[in-house]
Amino acid sequence: MSLRLTDVTLTYPDGQSRLTALDRVTFAVPAGALAAVVGPSGSGKSSLLAVAATLIAPDSGTVTVAGADTTGLGRAALTDLRRHTIGIVFQQSNLLPSLTAAEQLRVMAHLDGRGRAGARTRARTRALDLLDAVGLAGQAHRRPHQLSGGQRQRVTIARALMNDPTVLLVDEPTSALDNDRGAAVVDLLTRLTHERGTATVLVTHDRTHLGAVDRIVGVHDGRLREEMVTESQ
Amino acid sequence: MFVAWRDLRFAKGRFALMGTVIVLITLLVGLLSGLTAGLGRQNVSAVTGLPADRIAFGGELSYANSTVTEGQWRRWTRTPGVEAAEPLGVTTTRATAGGRGVGVCAFGVRPGSDLAPDSDRLTDHAVVLSHSAAADLGLTAGDTLTLAGQRLTVASVTGDASFSHTPVVWTSLDTWQRTAPPDGPFATVIALRTSGADTATADRAAGTMTVERDDSLSAIGSYSAENGSLQLMRGFLFAISALVVGAFFTVWTIQRGADIAILKALGATTATLLRDALGQAAVLLAGGTVIGSGLAAGLGAALADTVPFLLTPRTVLVPAAVMIVLGMAGAALSVRRITAVDPLTALGSAR
Repeated sequence: MSLRLTDVTLTYPDGQSRLTALDRVTFAVPAGALAAVVGPSGSGKSSLLAVAATLIAPDSGTVTVAGADTTGLGRAALTDLRRHTIGIVFQQSNLLPSLTAAEQLRVMAHLDGRGRAGARTRARTRALDLLDAVGLAGQAHRRPHQLSGGQRQRVTIARALMNDPTVLLVDEPTSALDNDRGAAVVDLLTRLTHERGTATVLVTHDRTHLGAVDRIVGVHDGRLREEMVTESQ
Repeated sequence: MFVAWRDLRFAKGRFALMGTVIVLITLLVGLLSGLTAGLGRQNVSAVTGLPADRIAFGGELSYANSTVTEGQWRRWTRTPGVEAAEPLGVTTTRATAGGRGVGVCAFGVRPGSDLAPDSDRLTDHAVVLSHSAAADLGLTAGDTLTLAGQRLTVASVTGDASFSHTPVVWTSLDTWQRTAPPDGPFATVIALRTSGADTATADRAAGTMTVERDDSLSAIGSYSAENGSLQLMRGFLFAISALVVGAFFTVWTIQRGADIAILKALGATTATLLRDALGQAAVLLAGGTVIGSGLAAGLGAALADTVPFLLTPRTVLVPAAVMIVLGMAGAALSVRRITAVDPLTALGSAR
């Protein structure tokens, strides 16, 4: 499995007590599969994504990304893991306003501060290839405010794929999009997951566009419930 | 610097505004530094130009009130380790020539002493003028002037010594003594060139107070007050610049908080983000300081004939370097909040 959460519990401080966001969750996604995690606000789906993204450590349980147990890893090692192994697609795109679409992708080659010349050249080429793959070949020089909501979300997806991640984590990608654009984004994620062999987790409260995903997992009060799985899974 | 350069271009209005502030502060600091040095030179150049390493005062540590006797001077000449001890009279008086009258400072030395330029041409009837004194009085070598009631000939015009903002007229010690009241002092101070002399013991024996030449500048009343005030202003400007730069980058870093969280979530190291932010501050500071210093140098050069502005690498480059160092310190204090940005906030955040 490219991504595996085993018996993960996560709590947050809540006044004098603690609120359980994830309750002994076990969840795994193989390479080339797209699993949708659905649930209402506050159900724990964003916490699941944060734990899988190594942005927050669980109280107990283990998180394994691309075969590596993240338990006990230091901040630097986790940062390195996110940079090389995990791609994140944020809610409402979260693009940097000063960068063009191509630069949003190229910045990934500069995150470690080394920016070797060869890597920069490769990043330039790969950025244009990925923008082409998400249908934005002609928009490479546009800044976020010059793109539509759907285009911005596609730039974010392309950015998440820049470092050829093993795991792709997607946070509410359709929340700011209309029906057609939301469907197009989910279709794109499904296609890219299958083409590139990533283990993709899509977190959403909107079940409208999940017809093509490989698996749907419901989350309620921090507990998962399998709702749908295709035969291939 | 990938994001930093692009932020500079993208938010050019904000950075231009901040850059302009840095330019103006640097211009002010540069002008003040040149003016401070220029005024300081007008105050002390006659003393700092003396070929002496120590000055012995009599009675009081003050060029205005010190008096030394011939006996004190002779005792110093006999002191072991003293290579040269020359009496020096200092008096502010008035010189007139051809209807012009200006305040000058009469520096009395023994003819042939190395304290004054062209001192071998000093006699009881001939003086040496600094260029400023000659220009103010409209005199050249061979002309005559009246100094404190004495009619004297200009033996030569050389140097640009001034003391307490008045140009210096070098006279013989006898001539200087005649500018003072009857039974006046032998001299004001004794200029010493020493090599391992026990000055404390010699002071006790001679009844004098000896300080290093540069320390004696505080004995020029106007210099202490004026220089202190100007240095205080300069210090405040440096502090203000550090605070302004720090405040700007604090606001800028807060505004960029969401971007920083995204970059951290994507895998940017905190060190990379700090380097990026400090590099951005360095570019802004360096650009603003270079322009501001250039303007200060140009303006100072243009005004050099009308105001005492001293244009040297020390008066231009040192304040510029201090501006950059203090500005970077201010920026460093503000951008350190980058370390506290939690990448978790990038998830589910509403932008």
